[in-house]
Amino acid sequence: MIRVLLPQPLRTLARVEGEVELEVEGAVTRDSVLDALERAYPALCGTIRDHQTRERRAFVRFFACEQDLSHEPADAPLPEAVADGREPFLVVGAIAGGRA
Amino acid sequence: MKGSPSDPDRVYASQTSGWFGQIIQRSDDGGKTWFQPGTPPGEPTTTPEGMPKGESNKFVYDTSEETGAPLTTHQFYDGKPVPWEFKRVWHLEPSLDDPDTVYAGVEDAALFRSTDGGRTWHELSGLRGHGTGSQWQPGAGGMCLHTIILDPSDRGRIYVAISAAGAFRTDDGGKTWKPINRGLHSQYIPDPTAEVGHCVHHVAMHPARPEVLFMQKHWDVMRSDNGGENWREVSGDLPTDFGFVIDVHAHEPETIYVVPIKSDAEHYPPDGKLRVYRSRTGGNEWEALTNGLPQENCYVNVLRDAMSVDTLDPCGVYFGTTGGQVYASRDGGDSWHPIVRDLPAVLSVEAQALP
Repeated sequence: MIRVLLPQPLRTLARVEGEVELEVEGAVTRDSVLDALERAYPALCGTIRDHQTRERRAFVRFFACEQDLSHEPADAPLPEAVADGREPFLVVGAIAGGRA
Repeated sequence: MKGSPSDPDRVYASQTSGWFGQIIQRSDDGGKTWFQPGTPPGEPTTTPEGMPKGESNKFVYDTSEETGAPLTTHQFYDGKPVPWEFKRVWHLEPSLDDPDTVYAGVEDAALFRSTDGGRTWHELSGLRGHGTGSQWQPGAGGMCLHTIILDPSDRGRIYVAISAAGAFRTDDGGKTWKPINRGLHSQYIPDPTAEVGHCVHHVAMHPARPEVLFMQKHWDVMRSDNGGENWREVSGDLPTDFGFVIDVHAHEPETIYVVPIKSDAEHYPPDGKLRVYRSRTGGNEWEALTNGLPQENCYVNVLRDAMSVDTLDPCGVYFGTTGGQVYASRDGGDSWHPIVRDLPAVLSVEAQALP
């Protein structure tokens, strides 16, 4: 079970409270986690990754195990502690990002 | 935000943020509850072939040869070609007849349509592809399609306006388009009478006279009596003809409203006095409406989508400011009072008259 902690605006969109728990088949990577997240909560499609390019949106960052994973390859394995559910995968809105 | 004329409980709204991009919201109960009209939780977000589905927030420019032109660039402020890139929805305009059909004007300027209640969107690409698209440049607010007017007497006719390209019209439901900017004169562009390049801020129409259009341009208030084929200036005795909003009285097609703003560099009312100007003669002769509006030290702006009229008699008029006030008039503008005072900058004001 993968744990994902979303920022509040995305929790509101997904209509969830607290952490989200996801089953991820195969390798646990950023993309496989986000794919599972979007399958479970289609309202989040396009909010974390661009609809077309599938790239991380400019003002979204990823952290886990006190590491900044924002610039890691999308298909790189996430830390083992994320893969076995001991630590959450954090989706974080950059401080500057909220301006419309 | 806008409600469907054919179902007042159906309301569409657009949100955008720098974090998470474009979010379309829909209400089916008059605004009590809202949801995203895309794929419901638990349903696959990809087709059986593995392709991502079109979602309610997904606006993909059409680059196919068949339906438009594979137009890839427009101009930046300095004339450099830059790729077309979706940024946000500026205006949602529900169909006059079908609650599930809604148009979206977006930045970078393009027109999209949904026929499934906002679940999926498809570009009417003949607008960008009609020939001048590669010359379009952004206005100060970005290159946005901000005005969509559906002709109630001719379902094939749609007007749109783009900053800073100008006004455009289709007569075949959005397949083909042409610029309708003859008569506009914009001194801030190299050729003041160019076919495109005019910074149109807003256009309004009275449904009883769909051939008559009123326009607030970057500078100049304009009028067309032939569906945009020709325009003439009707700024007349306004204190300044810069501004953003323009609207038409619900029952008097020659009564129009604007809010003059000092200049393109100074976006606040002249002399710090918030005044709506009303013309009962379709332009040229204007009267200041001040009763109930702040007449000193007022430095708010009124943005292009932030004025609306209702269909009651006498006609109600509403507008919102960048200072977060929404003012209402129950008597066609003779007197005003704030109905909301402390919102963030007001981007959109729409009125519905419920039974």
